[in-house]
Amino acid sequence: MFRLSAARSRPELDARPSRWAPRRLVPKVLAGSALAVLATAVIAPSAGAQDTAPDATAVLGTQVNLLWVVLGAVLVIFMQAGFALVETGFCRRKHAAHVVSTNFAVFGLGFIGFFFVGFPLAFGGFSYAAFGLDKPVGDALLGSGNWIFLFKGGWALSGGGITPALLGFFLYMVAFMDTTATIPTGSMAERWKWGSFVIWGLFCGAIYYPLFAAWTWGGGWLAKTWDTMSLGAGYVDFAGSGVVHAVGGVAALAGAIALGPRIGKFGKDGTPKALPGHHIPMAMLGTFILLFGWFGFNAASTFAATDVQFATVALNTAAAAAFGAITAMLWITKRTGKPDPGMMANGMLAGLVAITAPCAFVAPWAAAVIGIIAGVLVIESVFFVERKLKIDDPVGAISVHGVCGIFGVLAVGIFANGSYGAAWNGSTVKGVEGIIKGNWSQLGAQVLGAVVICTVIFGVVFAFFKIQDAISKAMGKGGIRSSEADEIEGLDIPEMGVLAYPDFP
Amino acid sequence: MQLITAIVKPFKIDDVKDALKAAGIGGVTAAEVRGFGRQGGHTETYRGTEYEIDFVPKVRLDILVDEGLVDQVITTIKDAAVTGKIGDGKIWVTPVSRVLRIRTGEEGADAI
Repeated sequence: MFRLSAARSRPELDARPSRWAPRRLVPKVLAGSALAVLATAVIAPSAGAQDTAPDATAVLGTQVNLLWVVLGAVLVIFMQAGFALVETGFCRRKHAAHVVSTNFAVFGLGFIGFFFVGFPLAFGGFSYAAFGLDKPVGDALLGSGNWIFLFKGGWALSGGGITPALLGFFLYMVAFMDTTATIPTGSMAERWKWGSFVIWGLFCGAIYYPLFAAWTWGGGWLAKTWDTMSLGAGYVDFAGSGVVHAVGGVAALAGAIALGPRIGKFGKDGTPKALPGHHIPMAMLGTFILLFGWFGFNAASTFAATDVQFATVALNTAAAAAFGAITAMLWITKRTGKPDPGMMANGMLAGLVAITAPCAFVAPWAAAVIGIIAGVLVIESVFFVERKLKIDDPVGAISVHGVCGIFGVLAVGIFANGSYGAAWNGSTVKGVEGIIKGNWSQLGAQVLGAVVICTVIFGVVFAFFKIQDAISKAMGKGGIRSSEADEIEGLDIPEMGVLAYPDFP
Repeated sequence: MQLITAIVKPFKIDDVKDALKAAGIGGVTAAEVRGFGRQGGHTETYRGTEYEIDFVPKVRLDILVDEGLVDQVITTIKDAAVTGKIGDGKIWVTPVSRVLRIRTGEEGADAI
């Protein structure tokens, strides 16, 4: 097992509710040259004149780190295109304009919800000096001390503390939220009313995603379980196997249950029927675009280019993707006789989802193992969901994001090797360690997080869909599922008014 | 020999196929077509401009049968394809003067 040093200076504890302790000493300056010069003049160095040179370098480092965050945001936003192509390719031709439009619109809908209230609720108390977010924009809204459930500050990105660093951070976080928001559009495809979906997008950005994000990344109670429950470094999730993917996956599960299966999916005796997607190349292109964007998702989660662990993270991400795809290829061939392209694509995504939480804390061999396990897990999960649970998931979102997301959360507690993550969540750990280092308490924190996702978070989103459905029916609008006639005709015309592939050109 | 042609709703073709197999019919040719009858089309808007969609997607089935089976096959298709809603389709019969199986060269009833 080889060890990379995470940073050149020793880590420090940070008493403020923040995602990580800052890993290098950074003067309290804003990322702006005039103010930086003024601030360095005000700070009285205890040593001699050579302190002004490191200060300028440190300022540049902060600026570079903010650039890294914004680049990461751009890469993750591009993943919206990946999701759109994967889902549309896996669905039928007559619904293509509708499916791709849900993926398109969810970016803006989630953004709007997050812009007005979601971001403050999740990250009002967050700060991280490495890219220039020195002070949180707000503080606790619900709860206090180690038991914070929601934050406040920065409503509609206005008020005090709205700096470029904060806005760059918002952009990165909105991209993660939109990833969660777009996951259920896959499992609910081909029978979801447009108007009902629109409400989901706003709800996800405003309330649903911020809940678990506040409890973990925002510095809330799950992050503090290292202190309140002596669980390792608290709940650890580097880039969001849990916070983003499993949270999206349980929403996909709740939505698929609430809508029910597509017409013709299950025979009278319950045997599943194949409803093949209409464009395999589109689905695979989408998978590659997701792989591309995932480097922003994972590697830029160091929030610092000055923290070269980003290279380890990038490699681990690629390794899990490669091993996941090939394992899935071999496993589906073993199970059904041929290397089904859809399952290969799901295998790559499963590996990526599963490595997303542990990517900074594990060695490359472990990243490969995680990819291999995910490649088998996703296929068996798809079979289980379809054949045993009789739930219709046109793209496998529940299995890729929900099941493999939970696996990724647990994988931190198993494969983390202690080489990185000192003072995570403000704790006293020297690094995040799992079972392979003989440490079981981290797994405890991970299991707690997984249980919370599968119970509380699932409960919230399931209630949302059921209540929305009941209100829609009470208003005479027929519920959140499209009518049988519309579904049979294809949602493109009845819902969107255009055909993805018009008849005669 | 007769050629039975049926125009049915696309989502009905699995039911029709299963019914024909159960009735012992050996082969069918299917094609995706578009058409209209009384069902008619409707007006939609594309980027602000209205346009008519007249042609509705259907599936056309062609089946070669012996004289004696024509009535039975028509009934089988009709019962499997009917929904009661407008646009269910039509079935018609045309006489066929000669049929040949390419692989063996058989003709007539042996070729069906």
